[in-house]
Amino acid sequence: MSTSTLVPPSEPIAPKIPEDNYLSRGYGLRSWLLTRDHKRIGILYLISLSVFFLIGGTLAGMIRLELLTPQSDLMSTDTYNKVFTMHGVIMIFLFLVPSVPATLGNFFIPMMIGARDLALPRINLLSWYLYIVGGVLVIYTMVAGGVDTGWTFTTPLSTHYVNTNVLSTCLAIFITGFSSIFTGLNVLVTVHKMRAPGMTWFRLPLFVWSLYAASIQMVLATPVVAIAIVLLALERTIGIGVFDPTKGGDPLLFQHLFWFYSHPAVYIMILPGMGVISEVISTFSRKRVFGYKAVAFSSVAIAVFGFFVWAHHMMIMGISNYAVLVFSLLTMLVAVPSAIKIFNWTFTLHKGAITFEAPMLYAFGFIGLFTIGGMSGVFLGSAGTDVHLTETFFIVAHFHFVMVGGMLMAFLAGIHFWWPKMTGRMYPERIAQVASIVTFIGFNLTFFPQFILGILGMPRRYASYPPEFQILNVFSTAGATVLGAGYLLSALYLLWSLKYGQVAADNPWQATGLEWQCQSPPLTGNFTEMPIMDHEAYDYAWLEGQNRNRRKVGHR
Amino acid sequence: MVSSAFPSAAAEHGEHPPYLLHHFQSVEQQADAANFAMWLFLLSEVMFFSGLFAAFLIYRNWYIPAFVAGAKQLNVGLGALNSGLLILSSFSLGMGVWSAETRRKSCLVLCLILTFVLGLGFLGIKSIEYAEKIEKHHFPGLHYSLSSFIDPSSDQAVSAAGERPLPLDMARHTELYFSLYFAMTGMHALHMIVGMGILAYMILRAWGGAYTSGHVTFVKNFALYWNLVDIVWIYLFALLYLVSRH
Repeated sequence: MSTSTLVPPSEPIAPKIPEDNYLSRGYGLRSWLLTRDHKRIGILYLISLSVFFLIGGTLAGMIRLELLTPQSDLMSTDTYNKVFTMHGVIMIFLFLVPSVPATLGNFFIPMMIGARDLALPRINLLSWYLYIVGGVLVIYTMVAGGVDTGWTFTTPLSTHYVNTNVLSTCLAIFITGFSSIFTGLNVLVTVHKMRAPGMTWFRLPLFVWSLYAASIQMVLATPVVAIAIVLLALERTIGIGVFDPTKGGDPLLFQHLFWFYSHPAVYIMILPGMGVISEVISTFSRKRVFGYKAVAFSSVAIAVFGFFVWAHHMMIMGISNYAVLVFSLLTMLVAVPSAIKIFNWTFTLHKGAITFEAPMLYAFGFIGLFTIGGMSGVFLGSAGTDVHLTETFFIVAHFHFVMVGGMLMAFLAGIHFWWPKMTGRMYPERIAQVASIVTFIGFNLTFFPQFILGILGMPRRYASYPPEFQILNVFSTAGATVLGAGYLLSALYLLWSLKYGQVAADNPWQATGLEWQCQSPPLTGNFTEMPIMDHEAYDYAWLEGQNRNRRKVGHR
Repeated sequence: MVSSAFPSAAAEHGEHPPYLLHHFQSVEQQADAANFAMWLFLLSEVMFFSGLFAAFLIYRNWYIPAFVAGAKQLNVGLGALNSGLLILSSFSLGMGVWSAETRRKSCLVLCLILTFVLGLGFLGIKSIEYAEKIEKHHFPGLHYSLSSFIDPSSDQAVSAAGERPLPLDMARHTELYFSLYFAMTGMHALHMIVGMGILAYMILRAWGGAYTSGHVTFVKNFALYWNLVDIVWIYLFALLYLVSRH
């Protein structure tokens, strides 16, 4: 360029990790275990979540190994029941529900809205401790012999017919439930009361909107499962009869109370992931998210509709035909806001300047897999096909497409996207791209055959199956191996990059969020000066202006 | 991005009250956030109890005669007395908030102690009621007895009121009534006990003058919690004791 001859460009200074950051304020164990810094608590959550993901993933591997052959040969059928139950309990209550809100949400919500911390830092730390107590109880349950009711604790099986550790698991879920309520409460209060001047509701990043919606559900739905579990425990210990037909109680009431939480819980799990995808898609196509308000409101719509569809889990359990019809209709309605998101992300890509860094590849994976997962949900939401497909591997494939293909992809997208900000170092890009593709292939190989298995009629939750299903099960197990290798690869290079990764600049992706205006890794109080938001969200023209100003000043 | 200095930077020069946490910009914001958080928590408490209320209403609708017979076993006098105690305790706590706001330390301590004593009275009377039920084998489970309902002559109170015996099928559902009675009042009592633990802590802190120096958020938020527990009891009293009596 000709200008460079006139003004000598400042030497590109190799970025250096700033000496004062949230990681350098105290190194001892105490400084971590008693911290109230939302970023450190986010990291604590990330570490503990990863441990439980490893345990849950190992259990998943055992399930797939057992299903490699038609006979139940690797483990007894009882053990198999325990393995899939523990897999479900750990993955749902200890990984998926807190995954994005408690790690990325904890870390970035205050930074995104221009606050120094979450509104209730002590409650935030308490929520992590509750999570740990719940997790320890789950591990105790496993050591003490496990529990074999399935993660749904269906009565009267769980109250009358099993002799495994139902009570300790109940207590664990009760306690992690409170951890989840406190996380949601903290997010709601923070978003309402801690926004920086100029940060209006419609200038919030969509990540904040989606976490806000998920938090509404955490606060309102979780207590219902808490009381359902209390009643279950009382039924099991004293025999109060609320769920016992011989005393006039109704097991269906348990199902209603349980799914009143556990269906919204599905949105608690997926909404934060959708928030991550909004950020990633916008950043790597360098365009404002198409239809910002539609995407924002669709999050809230999902949260609201999510409360009125729970009985579609019970269509074959003897609720009235009328109820089936109503819930089937409502279930179709909840597909609308989800579709709005997918279409808007696609339009964001349209004529964008797309680049294919690892977070973007994961986001593409999310869009494809979540669409398949969501569409298969329509099959299950239709009262007619549901009768055939529910309780088969079709439903297993469906919710794994949404939860693993959707949520886990989004989680990994988010981890990669914000890794430079959290750690101050870049992950190795090329290997990460490879890992994301390996994960995508492994995932499809694992779960797509399960759709076919389900349609053919292979029931879920059995250790053995007729030999004609073997070939598809072999595909599925092979896929699980590839998937596991993909996750392992990510874990390895991410750990490697903590020490050897290239030092990251403050805004390596040229993203627009306020968090990227902070140093990497951020200071304990996030901002040295109170930020004032004077532009819309995803305003890339504003970012260009910022960069021009900086170049004029002549450094960084 | 335009910037302005954090007020708390100025605060480091000692211009802010000691209870202002570092991440808030003003005392108002801090109190506002805590208050909002408390309301959200109460909302979540309401959802917690609503599971029980839903169960009660469904089963009452199914088994009205059994639920009416069960309700007639309850002691309305003691229930009414308890309602009175709780309403008084809400009043005394309200006075406590007022005395904290007007910085009257001894008045605050007195109000808190009064609230604590009233709460203790509530739990005492509740345990008398529980003892009555357990004595009559109306506690659900293995030892539950139907005799009051299928054979009124065995139960003085019932026979004095001239009640007819219930058919066995319906009488068996009285156990469901008592299950829900114990579950609902038990959960409520648990909330009282937690509340009284916090009250005891508050009395100690108030003694040291913690809430009479302008920072009353904790007292106010606790009062919100206590009032919710109070309101839940009002509903329980109406549903369990009163609705079925006439």
